[in-house]
Amino acid sequence: MPPIPQQQAHPSGDNRFKLLDRTITKHQSRGDALIEVLHAAQGIFGYLENDLLLYVAHALKLPLSRVYGVATFYHFFALKPKGKHTFVLCMGTACYVKGATGIQQAVEHHCHIKFGETTPDDQVSLVSARCVGSCGLAPVAVVDNNVAAKLTPESAVARIEEWQKTKEEVPA
Amino acid sequence: MTVEDLKELAEQEQERQRQFTHRIFYCSAAGCASCGSSGVRNALLKALKEKGIEKEVSAVGTGCMGLCGEGPLVRIAPDGTMYQHVDEAVAQKIVDRHILNGEKVSENLVDTSSPFFSSQFKIVLENCGSIDSENINEYIAAEGYASLAKVVTEMAPGEVIDEIRKSGLRGRGGAGYPTGLKWGIVRKAASEQKYVVCNADEGDPGAFMDRSVLEGDPHRVLEGMAIAGYSVGANQGYIYVRAEYPLAIERLRLAIKHAEKQGLLGNRIFESGFNFRIDLRIGAGAFVCGEETALIRSIEGKRGRPRPRPPYPAERGLWGSPTLINNVETFANIAPIIRRGSAWFAGIGTPKSAGTKVFALAGKIRNTGLIEVPMGIPLRRIIFDIGGGTPEGTEFKAAQTGGPSGGCIPTEHLDLPVDYESLTTVGSFMGSGGLIVMDSTSKMVEVAKYFMDFCVDESCGKCIPCRVGTVQLYNLLDKISRGEGTVDDLALLQELGTMVKETSLCGLGQGAPNPIFSTLRFFRQEYESLLRPVEGFVASPNAQKTTTNA
Repeated sequence: MPPIPQQQAHPSGDNRFKLLDRTITKHQSRGDALIEVLHAAQGIFGYLENDLLLYVAHALKLPLSRVYGVATFYHFFALKPKGKHTFVLCMGTACYVKGATGIQQAVEHHCHIKFGETTPDDQVSLVSARCVGSCGLAPVAVVDNNVAAKLTPESAVARIEEWQKTKEEVPA
Repeated sequence: MTVEDLKELAEQEQERQRQFTHRIFYCSAAGCASCGSSGVRNALLKALKEKGIEKEVSAVGTGCMGLCGEGPLVRIAPDGTMYQHVDEAVAQKIVDRHILNGEKVSENLVDTSSPFFSSQFKIVLENCGSIDSENINEYIAAEGYASLAKVVTEMAPGEVIDEIRKSGLRGRGGAGYPTGLKWGIVRKAASEQKYVVCNADEGDPGAFMDRSVLEGDPHRVLEGMAIAGYSVGANQGYIYVRAEYPLAIERLRLAIKHAEKQGLLGNRIFESGFNFRIDLRIGAGAFVCGEETALIRSIEGKRGRPRPRPPYPAERGLWGSPTLINNVETFANIAPIIRRGSAWFAGIGTPKSAGTKVFALAGKIRNTGLIEVPMGIPLRRIIFDIGGGTPEGTEFKAAQTGGPSGGCIPTEHLDLPVDYESLTTVGSFMGSGGLIVMDSTSKMVEVAKYFMDFCVDESCGKCIPCRVGTVQLYNLLDKISRGEGTVDDLALLQELGTMVKETSLCGLGQGAPNPIFSTLRFFRQEYESLLRPVEGFVASPNAQKTTTNA
């Protein structure tokens, strides 16, 4: 595969690569900025597909193994696309002590998938987190980037039902 | 900026604040923000505008006020009244009744004379909840950056380190290494290039102290780092912060920008020859990156895997240069020590553990939230006076400190003073400050299993004792919790745990068996009650009742 010159636009014509190039230039294409660049890439594209990792490896002049190694080492990087909505359940100690396991079971039962998976219709991703740091409000979940405090199994399921309802209302 | 400029700026800001008859502080930290403090802000601003008093009364978003479980919180200055569970309607009432008529809104009043407030002693959190964290002038008005000015213009680097050494400050990340000593080592290391790193990768589940400091008073950390940079001879600092804390990242970015604009970071700080820049590095969700050598790798853009020490980062750290790594809370203590003197700081707490410690209280406790107490305070006072004890109808069982490397402390050891040494005598450790209270509904075998599951997941896989040992320990715990374990499995658990503890490379593996050890030590009967009865096995006396039932 021929190397991709940085100055040229990405052959796909996807403008999002220009945004990514901006971050890469800001870090002077330095290899030690890999994590920063991957953060930016995931922010722009939503997840890190193989083609994107290749692009980053070329741009930072790093072996692909190093880029792939870093992308898979850190939990924050997703190599698969996420659903339209994400439900991040905190499984930190405080939430655990206050019954996060019950919420986990209720939500898994409702969605028919396990945590770490996405529903087949790409609507809901269930993610578990180690601690979101809102322990005073345990048990908590981060529901589409908003912290939902003092959840119960019922209120957690209700949140997900809301998403599923809005999906039905808007025909694809 | 010169020292005079700083003083003038502080006076101007104090004068501006004096113009207001009242200042309404609403908590805008992550805890209260998630239960609707932005709505409170809008309601306050709207109400002030409607009454036409927006020039006399200001509404200010602040950092954490402590009582996170009762949010959103609002505090009124100058009288210090505090309100809890504030929603838009209550915000309207506060303006109508408290501000305009001087009559308190009794329904939402917080009793600020309760032990939750009166037993605390605030150094690190002194500004949290009383300044606008996004406004550098408010920090300057609260004597901010005065310590940096003093250090850069009046003190030699060696003097600063002496001062920190005399204060008795020890690392707040958990291990408690004397801060002054560490600074001295980095200072002595011969190198052109040195770095200062702030460890804000607060990964322990149940801990949110560092996040609260970064959200509520970010400049305090920047100032501490700059003083450290001056003392050890570094011109570049990094803050390694978790990606899970978006608000803290946003506020830090803003704080760095403001400080650079004012000339408090950057080149020729206070017109001296001292240059210091700070950059942010965002973590990506690996618990092991809280370990210093792994953190360094991660800043270098690599997989965060620890390496054997020595050489310590103080000798060979970031890109091979001497690197000073301290925790957020440690840096947050620096400016007050310089401002008020080491003798003042050394007088707080115990002789061996000086100063205060911030704890995050969570779990089965009435007052959940953020507290700061002098070192040496008995655990009982933290849990029952400040925390208000367990909620009605439940009984205290154990307090867990130190995260996944810590231990559970049972009732009989509650009178233990909280300091670095005492906690290790009961098999726990200080850790970064998460304190989780468990009641009788928590089953200790499950708790140990929960922490082991965490370690299995977070083990980086570099050394075998941790990578394989944690999985085996988890399987043993699982077997016991399903009622299929035998007395031999208990012995094996102990033996394997000791092996993992003694042979793992870094703190993650070395600490991983601690929850098992401490639960085995204090709650052995819970394990024994789950064992499959084997011929000839005699349970310990206090377990007999439960075994016969099972």
